[in-house]
Amino acid sequence: MPALWIFIAVLVLAVLGFVLGRQRALAMVDGDSRHLHSLPNYYGFHVGIWALMPALLVLAVWLIVQPMLIDTSVKSMIPDTSYTTAGELSLVMSDVRRVADGLDLAVERGALTADEAMSLDAGATDVRALLGGVGVAIGSDVQPAVLEAAQAYRASTATGNMVRTVIVLLLALGGLGWALSRTAPDFRARNSVEKATLGLLIAAASIAILTTLGIVLSLIFNTIEFFKLYPASEFFFGTTWAPSFGGGSELGILPLFWGTFYISIIALAVAVPIGLFAAVYLSEYAGPKIRAVAKPMLEVLAGIPTIVYGLFALVTVGPMLVNVFGNEGALGLGWMSGGTAVMTAGLVMGIMLIPFVSSLSDDIINAVPQAMRDGSLGLGATKSETVKQVVLPAALPGIVGAVLLAASRAIGETMIVVMGAGAAARLSLNPFEAMTTVTAKIVSQLTGDADFASPEALVAFALGMTLFVITLGLNIFALYIVRKYREQYE
Amino acid sequence: MYDSPKSDSTVKHAIKIAANKVQVFYGDTHAIKDVDVQIEDKTVTAFIGPSGCGKSTFLRTLNRMNDTIDICRVEGEILLDGENIYDKRVDPVQLRAKVGMVFQKPNPFPKSIYDNIAYGPRIHGLAKTKADLDEIVEKSLRRGAIWNEVKDRLHSPGTGLSGGQQQRLCIARAVATEPEVLLMDEPCSALDPIATGQVEELIDELRESYSVVIVTHSMQQAARVSQKTAFFHLGNLVEFGETSQIFTNPKDPRTESYITGRIG
Ligand SMILES: Nc1ncnc2c1ncn2[C@@H]1O[C@H](COP(=O)(O)OP(=O)(O)OP(=O)(O)O)[C@@H](O)[C@H]1O
Ligand SMILES: [Mg+2]
Repeated sequence: MPALWIFIAVLVLAVLGFVLGRQRALAMVDGDSRHLHSLPNYYGFHVGIWALMPALLVLAVWLIVQPMLIDTSVKSMIPDTSYTTAGELSLVMSDVRRVADGLDLAVERGALTADEAMSLDAGATDVRALLGGVGVAIGSDVQPAVLEAAQAYRASTATGNMVRTVIVLLLALGGLGWALSRTAPDFRARNSVEKATLGLLIAAASIAILTTLGIVLSLIFNTIEFFKLYPASEFFFGTTWAPSFGGGSELGILPLFWGTFYISIIALAVAVPIGLFAAVYLSEYAGPKIRAVAKPMLEVLAGIPTIVYGLFALVTVGPMLVNVFGNEGALGLGWMSGGTAVMTAGLVMGIMLIPFVSSLSDDIINAVPQAMRDGSLGLGATKSETVKQVVLPAALPGIVGAVLLAASRAIGETMIVVMGAGAAARLSLNPFEAMTTVTAKIVSQLTGDADFASPEALVAFALGMTLFVITLGLNIFALYIVRKYREQYE
Repeated sequence: MYDSPKSDSTVKHAIKIAANKVQVFYGDTHAIKDVDVQIEDKTVTAFIGPSGCGKSTFLRTLNRMNDTIDICRVEGEILLDGENIYDKRVDPVQLRAKVGMVFQKPNPFPKSIYDNIAYGPRIHGLAKTKADLDEIVEKSLRRGAIWNEVKDRLHSPGTGLSGGQQQRLCIARAVATEPEVLLMDEPCSALDPIATGQVEELIDELRESYSVVIVTHSMQQAARVSQKTAFFHLGNLVEFGETSQIFTNPKDPRTESYITGRIG
């Protein structure tokens, strides 16, 4: 039985368990729920959870572990002569899996009977043509060893799946029965449901944390690999970025870093004052009616995908800047030769960050107690004096936190850079020149036919790791500041 | 039963604030109904009454602090030195510099103790030099009966003080701007008897030059510090008169039950 069906069957059992548990509990007290320790529904949930949880856990573990076990056992069937490196072995293994899948498909389509599939002989039948007939293309002729391995693979998968079905369903039934047998008027169903809820919450939190760890780990191994091939000092202090897939590339992070930094600074220079002033207006001056309209409108900006901002940079802001600062521009300065420039990307990214800064700051300003404003107004201060001298200083740590969060978004932004700032890695002070950032280069190093073992591709992981560390540092710093601020009014 | 009030009813003072037919609404709630009160110069006026009767609300109308509450609406007129403070020509900011306020809950700014006190004088340009400012700060803190406790840590944050110290800091802060009228909303509710005594002394001292309005839940305090007493009940001004008369010979039965502890 496929996993999905097992899942559905377990769900049905759980619902059944709920109904049975509830009924049984009620029946035990002759329908008078006041004699139960918990409300009848809790008895139902208790049985449902026991039917569901152990079975699903085992199913999940099984789905992960079975392929791994089968892989190792099948791998040992492949003769040493057919591969020399680990990479070749994994190619052979993927062939094995393809053939096995192809055979499955062939059986399903009726091109083969199940028995025929198990007894195929690579010498006698043209397996490649046979599988081609059902739409599975195999690169080369199928070796006897591969076919054998594929058959073994199918066989163990089939047994594995069978055992899985039986065990999971038995577990569901067992859990249901056990929980049902524990149902009694003085059984603390409510507390046991409470524990299950707690477990669920902990599981959710751990998944979030484990994913972060997983992301870091996946970056770390490739980063280490990269630093084995390319000296770290040249990576961190090199001033040229010139990858060439033929070899002999220079992979200095500094030009990319400079681009990231420059664009982020321009973006923050746009977003912070505008966002902050907007927040002050909305929280201190605007009446409830204006606020009700303006706040959501501002937040719409935050919902626009960054690729759309990228288009805006490409077709509107870039040409507009060229018209002013370009060779034939209104000012006749000739500073800007093309629409893609640090300025273009920085401005558009700044616009993107305005709602981010303003809505965070707005929340923070609103958290400053009204008593603080009353105190200032009561001393004869005007509204703007109050904002400037009492409200903003009180909110400052929180606002700094908001700005740092905005900065880490600016650093991580990619689409606007690709479309607005160009792809040239350059160390220059002119904001009207094209430059590029770390994120944009990560994309360009990994797209296309890169050989994943070359430093030119692996550098992407080192770049990603560096970026991750920087933004993580910024975020932690921001959170630290925000938390410190919170303590002030508690 | 009460200390005899320091009444100097023989001296007639000019009327500082006159409220005529004042109504206050919070949305549809009618919080203050038809209140007429005269607050005299160089006099302490006490507002007493059960919780929720509108003492704070009425006090806040006197320096237009109610303007900061969106749903609050004030009708009637309040004359300060003969000028209606709800007139369009009156700038509430200037009004509040003249009519200072100490709030029911202490609300020091998250700044240093020094800056808390210096805030008002700086805004209104009361000090020409740093030395002037230092002097104002010291004088105000002394009047707020808190100088000895904070003189060694003037530059640590005001929010780090205890509740009672914060309240005295707020009193000192209000005094520092030299208002003509000082409104105090339960200034002693968080203070121990010693600090209360000091604040009462301060109020007595302020009376020489200003007019003070104090909201209090302590009958003894009202009797000790005030010359005039107003008793509020359910948004109405029930009785207003000489403190000695209110406490010894109240005209309204509600006043009598309140001060003898039967309603409240
Ligand atoms: N901001 C507000 N919005 C709506 N209603 C309010 C507001 N402030 C006060 N009220 C209402 O106005 C009435 C008077 O409140 P007020 O704070 O003036 O009472 P009080 O006499 O000062 O009481 P206490 O002695 O407890 O301080 C109360 O019924 C209260 O619910
Ligand atoms: Mg009050």
